[in-house]
Amino acid sequence: MLIGSRTKRPKNSKLIKSGAEHRLQIYKVPPKETVTLQEFEEYAVERLKVLKAIENAGIRHIRGSEDYNHLVEKEIKKTKLAKIIRTDYSTDCEEFMIDHISHFILRLAYCRSEDLKRWFLQQELDLFRFRFLKENAEDKQKFLKVNSLDYNPISEDEKQRVLQDLMASAGRNSTTADTNEYFKVPFTEVLDLVRGRKVFLSRGFAYVPKDDMISILITHYRAHLSQQLAMTSRALPQLEEDNRLLPMLSGLSKRYLGQDYSSKKSNVGKITAEMIDSLSKQSFPPCMQNLHQSMKRDHHLKHGGRMQYGLFLKGIGLSLEEALRFWRTEFTKAMDGDKFDKQYSYNIRHNYGKEGKRADYTPYSCNKIIMSNAPGPGDNHGCPFRHTDADLLAQKLRLQGISKDFTDKIMKYTRDGHYQIACKYYFDATHSGVEEPDVNINHPNQYFDESQHFYSGKKE
Amino acid sequence: MTEKSTYDAASLPDLLPIYYKKLFPYGLYYRWLNYGGVPKSYFTNREFSFTLKDDVYIRYQSFADQQEMEKEIQKRCPYKIDIGAVFSHKPKDHKTVKAAAFQAQEKELVFDIDMTDYDDVRTCCSGADICEKCWPLMQIAVKILDRALEEDFGFEHRLWVYSGRRGVHCWVCDETARKLSQNGRTAVAEYLSLVKGGEHQNKKISLDTTRLHPFISQSLEIVKARFYDYAVKKQDFLGDEENHKKVLSLITDETLRTELEKNFTSKEYEENTSKTAWAVLRKHVETKKSEANYKGSKYVLEEIMLQYCYPRLDVNVSKGVNHLLKSPFCVHPKTGRVCVPIDPKKIDEFDPMAVPTISDILEELNSVEKEDSNKKTKEFNKTSLKECTQVFERFVKKLEETWKGKGKMIEQSDMTMEF
Repeated sequence: MLIGSRTKRPKNSKLIKSGAEHRLQIYKVPPKETVTLQEFEEYAVERLKVLKAIENAGIRHIRGSEDYNHLVEKEIKKTKLAKIIRTDYSTDCEEFMIDHISHFILRLAYCRSEDLKRWFLQQELDLFRFRFLKENAEDKQKFLKVNSLDYNPISEDEKQRVLQDLMASAGRNSTTADTNEYFKVPFTEVLDLVRGRKVFLSRGFAYVPKDDMISILITHYRAHLSQQLAMTSRALPQLEEDNRLLPMLSGLSKRYLGQDYSSKKSNVGKITAEMIDSLSKQSFPPCMQNLHQSMKRDHHLKHGGRMQYGLFLKGIGLSLEEALRFWRTEFTKAMDGDKFDKQYSYNIRHNYGKEGKRADYTPYSCNKIIMSNAPGPGDNHGCPFRHTDADLLAQKLRLQGISKDFTDKIMKYTRDGHYQIACKYYFDATHSGVEEPDVNINHPNQYFDESQHFYSGKKE
Repeated sequence: MTEKSTYDAASLPDLLPIYYKKLFPYGLYYRWLNYGGVPKSYFTNREFSFTLKDDVYIRYQSFADQQEMEKEIQKRCPYKIDIGAVFSHKPKDHKTVKAAAFQAQEKELVFDIDMTDYDDVRTCCSGADICEKCWPLMQIAVKILDRALEEDFGFEHRLWVYSGRRGVHCWVCDETARKLSQNGRTAVAEYLSLVKGGEHQNKKISLDTTRLHPFISQSLEIVKARFYDYAVKKQDFLGDEENHKKVLSLITDETLRTELEKNFTSKEYEENTSKTAWAVLRKHVETKKSEANYKGSKYVLEEIMLQYCYPRLDVNVSKGVNHLLKSPFCVHPKTGRVCVPIDPKKIDEFDPMAVPTISDILEELNSVEKEDSNKKTKEFNKTSLKECTQVFERFVKKLEETWKGKGKMIEQSDMTMEF
């Protein structure tokens, strides 16, 4: 892709013969067109809007549900990429080109860190799934063929042999198992289905019903894009030479993803170990309050808890020295100072980028806490709205003195799976007088900042 | 047979050198990790880590061949050896490579089952302790996971190892397994996981589909066969009021639960043992389920059994391609027991309390050598390590068949019985 001068090309010369065989793609071939610097930024921003729409819809609704689909369509229609929600346009039009180019531009912006890669990958996969499911059967088949993913169904004999198992694995769709066509593929090609135990496995092969073949696509796309992002990030240093692009690229990810709370140099040193206890009661989000209390009670936290809580504390401005003091004081109530120094202090220094590959780990966002690394036996990390039994949660809210109104609201949103919205209402309930209906809680450190802001505002 | 000597951790510095000189099975070990020398760098690019005396931990150890590995281990006498991934470059040279280029590429798919993760459902021990009352949990775990890894995933080369104290590890060594991405490993681990939930989630199993996935049905069969003996007889899991409450709290249908609560104080249940309690519980659940207005879970009893018995694996151990795991044939510093391979098909005969400690086997070696120092039998065959080393040998030989089968060139000398 060439990035040309600042002058915009005339709009009516946009009949580009892309030569592509399908309007949907998994972006194997980089674009060859020339764009202006202005278009470069514009296309990137438009695609970002699309990806943000996908992300938001995923927070509010179950992926694939009617509500989800409506919301996604509504938001994408507002962007310049509106046409991509349709299934009737050709590959020779402007939208196809913008779709193609913008994906590659965002690869440059989002390959720079693990968190950015993960976010970009997730949204692109969801976007792809959304678009693929809209295509008709014929176009779906065509897509599979174009991407060399056409498989042969199993014989009727074989199907009869395993029919009971097929039906038992089909869950909701067990009634159609009989008439559905099944494909036998290595389990490595349908990891999504394997993970959710949604498919019958035998000796390393998955028996995939026709309707679920999208899972193969997703696995394929994920592997491909993951590898491409890794390659792009290794090639990035050469790109850094071009200082037209770099500032814009790094601005892009920050602007639309919000803060990631890494290296907050402005308030490092302001927080001391002694302040943490009172701060926790005043301004910590429920997930971190929970971890703090568990630690005070047990004088210990398991690995998942230490990571989630430790990085959060780093994000609020706790320096390495203060962090070591804080953890040591608490842990040595139940163990030798020696043992702490040998087994735990390394991890704390590692979190601050002082050991190992010296990466500056960023505090976990709500999305990460809710979606990955679920707590297991003995764990206290995670999101309380997601990872607490409903009646225990309601009880805890009552014990904290949250009003019935707020408790009901919080429980309702929790039951519907809108954990971040529940958290927002928790915030409102504990910071009386605050009223910002459109602010979403996306990050525990954001919760903390908003809370501190609220209290410092009150003093004035 | 000599009396079992008591193990004393303080004597490790004296015992380990002898163990590493005479007993550690370097030959078999190398034949395993070399994977037939294809590619040539597979062994040389493998990361090992050592934990030395005084908790000194060194990573990125790697060796050119069996000889170099032997020398290093004998020189350092590590308290613990971990096996890591096969990297893109020799781990010992990692500082000379650009950080982004030094990548973990392949590693066995591993599982770690730790008894501490069952603390909320065992009545006999907690923490690092185990006994014959809770050990059946490991038997169940091995049976369920080994079946699934073999029959569902088609993995042929599975090495199960006793961790030396409170659990078991599994190393899946098939080529497909070693090449799995992080995503792939997570998918397998999640497929195998049923117990989900942290400290604030009391009910950790919900079977809410009308029909159970074949994996769950198969696993349930294994649990059901052992449940009475384990939960009722050994654990006495309904033996007192507190335990009743715990079990009943897993029943989500309120009417059923309140009814059961009342019944447990009724006359029917005078004997106050788990045996009667479990029978009462089952009877009432079955009756309730057959009623027309029952809206609760179809699998109430199954959910209880699984919460008490189903394997709890730590997904984090399995998912990382670069995750380091303790090596077989290490000595556990706290118990002195050797981390011995286990034959999963004979898991019921395996007794963790009978696993020899390092002092035991060195004693055995001493007394045998006194009697007959001429024999050329390999050292470990003179001790009670013999049987588990045979398990290891069978595992390695089975692996070696796969390289032969592919017609790869293997030197004659590799195939002689040289351990």
